[in-house]
Amino acid sequence: MNKPFKIVTEAAQPFTFSRRATVLGIGQGAVGLVLAGRMAWLSVAENQHYKLLSESNRVNMTLVPPRRGWIVDRHGAPIADNRTDFRVDIIPDRLEDKQHTLSLLTSVLALTADDLQRINTDLDRAAGFQPVQVEENLDWEHFAAVSVRIPEMPGVAPTRGFARNYPLGAAVAHLTGYVGSASAEQYEKEKDPLLVTPGFKLGKDGLEKALEDRLRGKPGAKRIEVTARGKLVRELATRPDTPGDTVRLTIDAGLQEYAARRLGTNSGSVVVLDVLTGDMLAMVSMPAYDPNSFSRGIGRMEWKMLSQDDHVPLMNKVLQGLYPPGSTVKPMHGLALLQNGIDPDQTVYCGGVMQVGRGRFHCWKRGGHGNINMHRAIPQSCDIYFFQMARQLGYDKFAPTAREMGLGAQYDLPFLSQYYGTVPDSQWKKKKYGKDWTVADSINASIGQGYLLVNPMQLAVMAARLSSGREIVPRILLDEPHRPAASLNLNPEHIKVIRRAMWAVVNGGGTGGAARMNIDGVDLAGKTGTAQVRRITMADRRAGRTGNASFPFHLRDHALFVGFAPADNPRYACSVVIEHGGHLIRNLDAPETASDVLSYMFDRERAIKRLHEAEATWGGDIATRMEAKRKAFMEAQNAPVPPPPKDVDDARSDVVERAASTDRSAATNAAATGSPEGGE
Amino acid sequence: MTGPGLIPAPVAQLPWKIILLVFAIGAFGLVVLYSAASGSIDPWAKRQAITFFAFLTMAIIMSRFPESLWEKSAFPVYGGLVLLLILVELLGAVRGGAQRWLDLGVIRLQPSELMKPAIVLAMARFYALLPAGETRRFTAIWPAALLVGVPAGLVMLQPDLGTALMITFGGITIMFLAGIPLRLFIGGGLAVAIAIPIAFNTLLHDYQRKRVLIFLDPESDPLGAGYHISQSKIAIGSGGIFGKGFLHGTQSHLDYLPEGHTDFVFATMAEEWGLIGGCLLILAFFLVIRWGVNVGVRAQSRFSRLAAAGLATTIFFYVAINLAMVMGLAPVVGIPLPLVSYGGSAQLTIMLCLGMLMSIDRANRRASRW
Repeated sequence: MNKPFKIVTEAAQPFTFSRRATVLGIGQGAVGLVLAGRMAWLSVAENQHYKLLSESNRVNMTLVPPRRGWIVDRHGAPIADNRTDFRVDIIPDRLEDKQHTLSLLTSVLALTADDLQRINTDLDRAAGFQPVQVEENLDWEHFAAVSVRIPEMPGVAPTRGFARNYPLGAAVAHLTGYVGSASAEQYEKEKDPLLVTPGFKLGKDGLEKALEDRLRGKPGAKRIEVTARGKLVRELATRPDTPGDTVRLTIDAGLQEYAARRLGTNSGSVVVLDVLTGDMLAMVSMPAYDPNSFSRGIGRMEWKMLSQDDHVPLMNKVLQGLYPPGSTVKPMHGLALLQNGIDPDQTVYCGGVMQVGRGRFHCWKRGGHGNINMHRAIPQSCDIYFFQMARQLGYDKFAPTAREMGLGAQYDLPFLSQYYGTVPDSQWKKKKYGKDWTVADSINASIGQGYLLVNPMQLAVMAARLSSGREIVPRILLDEPHRPAASLNLNPEHIKVIRRAMWAVVNGGGTGGAARMNIDGVDLAGKTGTAQVRRITMADRRAGRTGNASFPFHLRDHALFVGFAPADNPRYACSVVIEHGGHLIRNLDAPETASDVLSYMFDRERAIKRLHEAEATWGGDIATRMEAKRKAFMEAQNAPVPPPPKDVDDARSDVVERAASTDRSAATNAAATGSPEGGE
Repeated sequence: MTGPGLIPAPVAQLPWKIILLVFAIGAFGLVVLYSAASGSIDPWAKRQAITFFAFLTMAIIMSRFPESLWEKSAFPVYGGLVLLLILVELLGAVRGGAQRWLDLGVIRLQPSELMKPAIVLAMARFYALLPAGETRRFTAIWPAALLVGVPAGLVMLQPDLGTALMITFGGITIMFLAGIPLRLFIGGGLAVAIAIPIAFNTLLHDYQRKRVLIFLDPESDPLGAGYHISQSKIAIGSGGIFGKGFLHGTQSHLDYLPEGHTDFVFATMAEEWGLIGGCLLILAFFLVIRWGVNVGVRAQSRFSRLAAAGLATTIFFYVAINLAMVMGLAPVVGIPLPLVSYGGSAQLTIMLCLGMLMSIDRANRRASRW
């Protein structure tokens, strides 16, 4: 109030006051308008934004695991599908009397102390509305028993979900792999809340793992209203899940199962290919785990039994097993000779033994074959013939053909762990060991021993390429129509010679006579093989220990067979590898197995009849034998068994790696020096 | 309101317009508290109703007291409260930890709360005593600064920033109304603008400093200390123009909004009643405050003028600071919304203010009738 008069009088005071009170009133009104304006800004202009925030506060999503896509065979038959799964969860928030509820559940579901401990830990960690799993894969009786007691146990939620189902069981274990709950590491990586949703499982091995993205699908969601403390208020609308894609394979489920059963008690593998398209009709590795049981969770007994088994049921031998191919490469080597200008009629004298430097190389036939040419050397599997030729040409002349036939190659298949083996030559040895290639190396390689290592898939590809002259590449996904493979531009005359020789192996008095199919108009062509896993020392020879029966399982020879049918118009090719088979039991040997498996494609009834006859001598079908084995194993255990390792994925690949590396070192040992016992 | 006949004169003479307005605000507050308890009169609405009517009755009785009573008691009450503030401080020091109230057995007395109207009375009394000629001299300022500074400082020690600010604002308002030269307010404003950063770093406690920082950027810590402001803004913003409807607020019913029945009751209300409810409530408060200031304008004595306008402004500060706080325009300082927030202390203070205002109003009308 800067007026001219400096002295304020009492009379002036009321005027000053009312002026200032007016200013004060205006100021208060202005503040009021600002506040009303601010409120309008929040509730009108920003309304959508805050509505959204309020909704996301209020509504909590519970994910519903999506139904996993099916895996079907080439005809649409299910290889992996989903079955209804009865499960019981606890909603911690609704739980009233934990002790009472748990003791009731224990008596109804026969929960073990282990289960109870896990449930208690999960309950302590759980957020209020997130379900904690009590038990899954319940049968209807148990599920019903829990369901009728629901009024006594608030908080217990029996639900129907879906669980993975493999109708063919162990027969497809190494094809499909199995599913399991996500590991902590996987969750760390993906950060997807679906991974920790009870009941959700993802692929852990095989196709289930490799095709995870296509099979998984999109989760549904249950929307629930929750308080700030996570207390469930009520359920809102539910969004259904989107199931994963169905994946169609080239596999023929019938043949796959047949081959698995036909392998019997062996540790071995069977691959069947369509020689026109490369479609994989069967890919079997036995023995195997039961993927149904693995997908439910791996028990400690089961784990111990499988990881200690010398038949390595945890390993997919088709892609992870590496073997010296033995004599099965002789037809391919014959082709290499033809390509190098060797006349198939040219003879070599086989006296049963060949001296190279200080090493002595034996033919499998003691007395020798006498004068022998290629037409006879392949069916008779004469070792000296190939020794001589390899000494003459050097293995560097064979290796390109071996590669052309698909050995040593990597195939783009949806399996994450594969071993590819070696096609050796002088350059490779120099690089790997820094040593020069020797004549002995060529001689060993010529009969499929030494540095030559292949997997059963490559053997099947070799058989397919030899039979059709096409550049067969194995395929397993039937996504698009398969075109016939490109030609390898081989000389038709050469193919004819090799095919005829392979026909003679089975049908012309050769070493594979046991594989004769006896089906009108369909002949099997093939080649037998034996892969040594040990050296036969001079001491062994003197003691007469050359027969496989005198050695323990892990030192016996591998038995192999590659073949195709019909011999005159090839349609299917196969490879059979029996680990440590040693040609001891006829109906478990490689040639007969291959013959029966391929005959399934031409005369199903006969094939099945022969299988039933054979299975009777083995103690029943796969499931029966596995169950018997499990019982025997359980009875033999007296010490408490430790739980399975936390990360079964890792541990499983350890087991496989160990098995694979013993195989490889055994093979190289057997061939490291001269004097192999040539395989027939 | 002076109709003859059936209604006895003392009742008819009551300022019914303002009583009804206050009653409407209080009743609306009870409705909001009923909803805040998820549609139950327990635990808040019922107790609030009892205290509300008790204090309203008290205010009406106060309106019958002569205005001179307030003038005479201004200094003794002020002095007593300063002593109590010191006592609280000493007890706090002995027991350890912050203390704001004295437990008198029957009630918990919070002297700082009562200081809000008391400072207004004391200041009004001081300027009423001050000769008019001294108004523009230094003698008009230093005693007033002391009157404000002592209680504000004591409250600051408790520590209670909100109340200390309200005491200071109350004092300054009286100084402004008393005719202290304007340049002092302008200069003072500048001084405060400079002092705030310094005070922020030296005077404020850590938790107060944090509150201020979070007020400046509440989203930086939405789950921690910024939670209050964030959730309050969500409640108000999601209410929209018409609100989510009575008993349909989710922020409050699902406990996302903290203190939804006390300091943040406005957010609880706004979520269910929307912009309409908020504006009506603001308008009602504006009418009450305007009435209070006009009581001052019409008052006969200098004390009554200053006291009435000051008391009305005290109510204004309650409302303005609380609303600014819940809408994210001011830091969280713990000032409740008068007549609506659950709790007795603030209600008592407001009703004391209203009672004195009605008493001055009554004196005005008797004077005008003469």
